[in-house]
Amino acid sequence: MSNIPDGLRYSAEHEWVDTQASNGTRIGITTVATDALGDIVYVDLPEAGASVTAGEVCGEIESTKSVSDLFAPVTGTVAAVNDAVVDDPALVNSDPYGEGWLFTVEVSEEGPLMSAAEYAEKNGA
Amino acid sequence: MNSTDTGVSRHTALYGEHEKLGAFFTDFGGWQMPLKYQSELAEHKAVREAAGLFDLSHMGEVRVTGPQAAEFLDYALVGKLSAVTVGRAKYSLLCTEDGGIIDDLITYRRAEDSYLVVPNASNAPAVVAALTERAAQFDVEVADQSVDTSLIAVQGPESEAILLWLVDASQHQDVTELKYYAATDVLLNTSVGPIDVLLARTGYTGEDGFELYLPNAQAAALWTVLLDAGKEVGLTPAGLAARDSLRLEAGMPLYGNELSLQTSPYAAGLGPVVALAKKEGDFVGRAALEAKKEQGADRKLVGLTGQGRRAARSHYPVTVDGATIGEVTSGAPSPTLGYPIAMAYVDVAYAEPGTTVDVDLRGKPQPFDVVKPPFYKRG
Repeated sequence: MSNIPDGLRYSAEHEWVDTQASNGTRIGITTVATDALGDIVYVDLPEAGASVTAGEVCGEIESTKSVSDLFAPVTGTVAAVNDAVVDDPALVNSDPYGEGWLFTVEVSEEGPLMSAAEYAEKNGA
Repeated sequence: MNSTDTGVSRHTALYGEHEKLGAFFTDFGGWQMPLKYQSELAEHKAVREAAGLFDLSHMGEVRVTGPQAAEFLDYALVGKLSAVTVGRAKYSLLCTEDGGIIDDLITYRRAEDSYLVVPNASNAPAVVAALTERAAQFDVEVADQSVDTSLIAVQGPESEAILLWLVDASQHQDVTELKYYAATDVLLNTSVGPIDVLLARTGYTGEDGFELYLPNAQAAALWTVLLDAGKEVGLTPAGLAARDSLRLEAGMPLYGNELSLQTSPYAAGLGPVVALAKKEGDFVGRAALEAKKEQGADRKLVGLTGQGRRAARSHYPVTVDGATIGEVTSGAPSPTLGYPIAMAYVDVAYAEPGTTVDVDLRGKPQPFDVVKPPFYKRG
């Protein structure tokens, strides 16, 4: 059911990390996360310029059912925030690896990240 | 939502249908039930605008029959069930001797000497046990038919039209004239043959709708026939996630959230359900409930609407100037209204509609307004 694109790397907390993106490393959440959360209705993201630390909470994602912490998969400074998902959080459900990206980071240090195969195996996806 | 993980959860007769539809399952009251099929928001919207199809077979069905059935239920429940006319239904409570709520339930009068009691899934065993024990001194039979009975709900503005496509023409008027909280036996003509159901105009969504009781053997066939019949008007299978957000918008309590053994019916706004004045005889919990009514409640169940975008959730503290004055029992972003709604018990001093309180959203207080539920009323 879940799809885990090959070109990305993944954190244990279900964020994906795309180091090939422009304007820093792009971060979002996986379909494993969106399937578990249900319909997302609110995202609370770090602001551009804020420092984030790998493995620490940097925001919140709220669905109809529950609230989940958003963890930073990398350490660095937030470069850009996806205003489109703040306005329309449903984008995270409909296109989690595309238009539903969350923010980009100028990375100073990566946290532990997995390949698509490792992440898929760990989550039975 | 009140879910428990017992490790051995049961399947309804419709489990295979849910699997075919790709449902996401959750354990609820000891049953594996569909949480959602695709999007719980889309399912919620379908019920408000067209119709939704729900499997409620986890609910209990207890048949009470015998010459003293009415007298017995007047004693066993807090309502005056003897005053219910044949064909109608009543919302009531089963309380302990101490006035604690064992369950909230709907009771249908099927004949002078026959009732159908419908408890919540997780409370069904406790309800059956209490009714059986209380029946000892009456000439009645209490029969638990839960495992043999399926319950399918069609809820939403298109539900009557969908039913009429299947109900035998000779009974159309029975359906169109069926009142809210009334039930009747109908024959459905389907592509897989005739199906007899008990059709009730009841629900838990705030919309017009029906609940259909039938034996397990025909449940899967009826489910498929209904889905097929309703397709063109937008009937969508809907799971427990949508059921919960729909009932919350309609301001209806959920046992385990708003109601428990510790809840006073008077705090929950269910005082009118307790027939202290209407019933002359004794009933289980009477003395304790009289005392509770006399004493008044310290806290009251209220509705809350959020001024911001973030939702309050069950068990979040309600505060004023940093001091806790209550607790949220249910909360969610309202799909229909577009803002957060919640139910909470708050100190009576803060229970007036129009009062502003804070809900502690994981360390951040956010303002909410006290309102009188329901949050949503159909037009």
